[in-house]
Amino acid sequence: MAHTHKSNWELIKNGMFSENTIFRMAISLCPSIAVTNSLKNGFYMGVSVIFVQTMVNLTVSLIRNFINPKIRIPIFMMVIAGYVSIIDMSMAAWARPVYKQIGLYIQLIVAFASIFARAEVFAVKNRIVPSVCDGLGMGIGFFLAMIVISFFRELLGKGALWGFPIVSGNPLLIMILPAGGFFAVGLLMGFFNWMDAKLASRKGESASAEKQAA
Amino acid sequence: MSTEAKTHPLVVSVSPHVRGEESISKIMWTVNFALLPAFIMSVYYFGPRALYVTGLCILTAVLSEHIYQKALNKKVTSNDGSAFLTGLLLGMNLPSGIPFYIPVTGSFVAVVITKMLFGGLGYNIFNPALIGRAFLLITWPKLMTKWPMPTANFLEMDAKTTATPLGLLKEEGLAKLIEHFGDKAALYKSLLFGSTAGSLGETSAIALLLGAAILLYKRYITWHIPFSFLGTVALAAWIFGGKEGLFTGDPVIHLLSGGLILGAFFMATDYVTCPTIRKGQLIFGVGCGAITMLIRLKGGFPEGVMFAILLMNCFAPLIDRNVRPKQFGAVKAVKEVKK
Repeated sequence: MAHTHKSNWELIKNGMFSENTIFRMAISLCPSIAVTNSLKNGFYMGVSVIFVQTMVNLTVSLIRNFINPKIRIPIFMMVIAGYVSIIDMSMAAWARPVYKQIGLYIQLIVAFASIFARAEVFAVKNRIVPSVCDGLGMGIGFFLAMIVISFFRELLGKGALWGFPIVSGNPLLIMILPAGGFFAVGLLMGFFNWMDAKLASRKGESASAEKQAA
Repeated sequence: MSTEAKTHPLVVSVSPHVRGEESISKIMWTVNFALLPAFIMSVYYFGPRALYVTGLCILTAVLSEHIYQKALNKKVTSNDGSAFLTGLLLGMNLPSGIPFYIPVTGSFVAVVITKMLFGGLGYNIFNPALIGRAFLLITWPKLMTKWPMPTANFLEMDAKTTATPLGLLKEEGLAKLIEHFGDKAALYKSLLFGSTAGSLGETSAIALLLGAAILLYKRYITWHIPFSFLGTVALAAWIFGGKEGLFTGDPVIHLLSGGLILGAFFMATDYVTCPTIRKGQLIFGVGCGAITMLIRLKGGFPEGVMFAILLMNCFAPLIDRNVRPKQFGAVKAVKEVKK
């Protein structure tokens, strides 16, 4: 079994930035378009995913020595489904209005590629603490992506944030429609890639400058 | 003959020996010129606001292409007329009474998002002007469907708004539409000359046809797409358009109204976004016509030309791949090299 050599903090950062589910891996894009039409929905979705991702990684890591590799996929599925049911019922009980809007997508967390992928490529091969850190990082990365996308979409599409009107006038209605979701995700992904390229070139410059100085 | 052949008649050079006079910018400016009659008619009917709206569209389109290319250190081609054409076409697709931020946003989306982000002229999947309009229609549906009455009187501009002929046809039926204009002949005449409500450039069929004739004469467009498009619309309108049953519809109203002529001659024929093989172009035109009539007769919008062309734009590469002429005598190895 391949153990990771990264420190826990590196694992969390890895999930948040360099392997961000939405903007880097470009997986689980369905909720990033379907649920991000308001900041509130995006927030609840993100929190649910943090919970499910962390708990799934924890559980899979705990039972990793008892899983027969031949039936690992059904087992992951059952673990994920269990936690999704917990968050689904909790939201149905405590966050009724939001649940009415995004309930379907909460149930769909079962089929998220990102959660499944982390169980398969990380949790099943690593010890508990790194697995939890990895799940936490991935969940927070997803959460941040949802917040950024839904922030722009609600602000531009409704002129509001968290349901409170901020800008008056004629908002860009398209931004809260599915088409606007694609625009928002695409443009933000492009922006983060551009930022990355800028940062990388700056780092490269400073590194070469240091070499020259040395 | 090329200049080289004229100056050195005995020098043998590499082919091509005879170069055409055409270039991107020459074709683009000719298309712009061909739209001039329709533009003049729009200013005549809708007044100075038509001028402002179209002008803003063109200005934003050219400027945003220029700034984008400057900012990314690309070759600046903003004066080749294609951005100008996008702006002009978008302007002709808008109603005249809209606030000025609408044309600016639309032009920006058309040029930067639809064209430049996909790699610039020649790489865009969709017609930029139509994506610009679709964006605006979805974003500001109320403002984008407030059609000012054309008055041809500069003092009473923008006084009244009304439904387009197709809107009336959809909401109230053919009898009401004819009543609205007096009799059938008056309706046809209004549609032909453009004194009906609608987008700036789409109302005057005759001015558009004049421009289309120039393009056909110069062979910048061929008959395949526009005529198969118009033919399908006429046929479908005749068969399915009537209230009393099959084969009772009125194809003339459907042909002359809405953005059909503008779309069929100037937008569906965009070199970049239509199939390049003649047979494919026929399929493309028939598809556009079928989707247009489907939306007009059964859909939620009164007009479907824009969505029809955009939908068929996605199919253009697929059509091209399937109508490619068969290569005879090619062996497998050669084929693989060609790929």
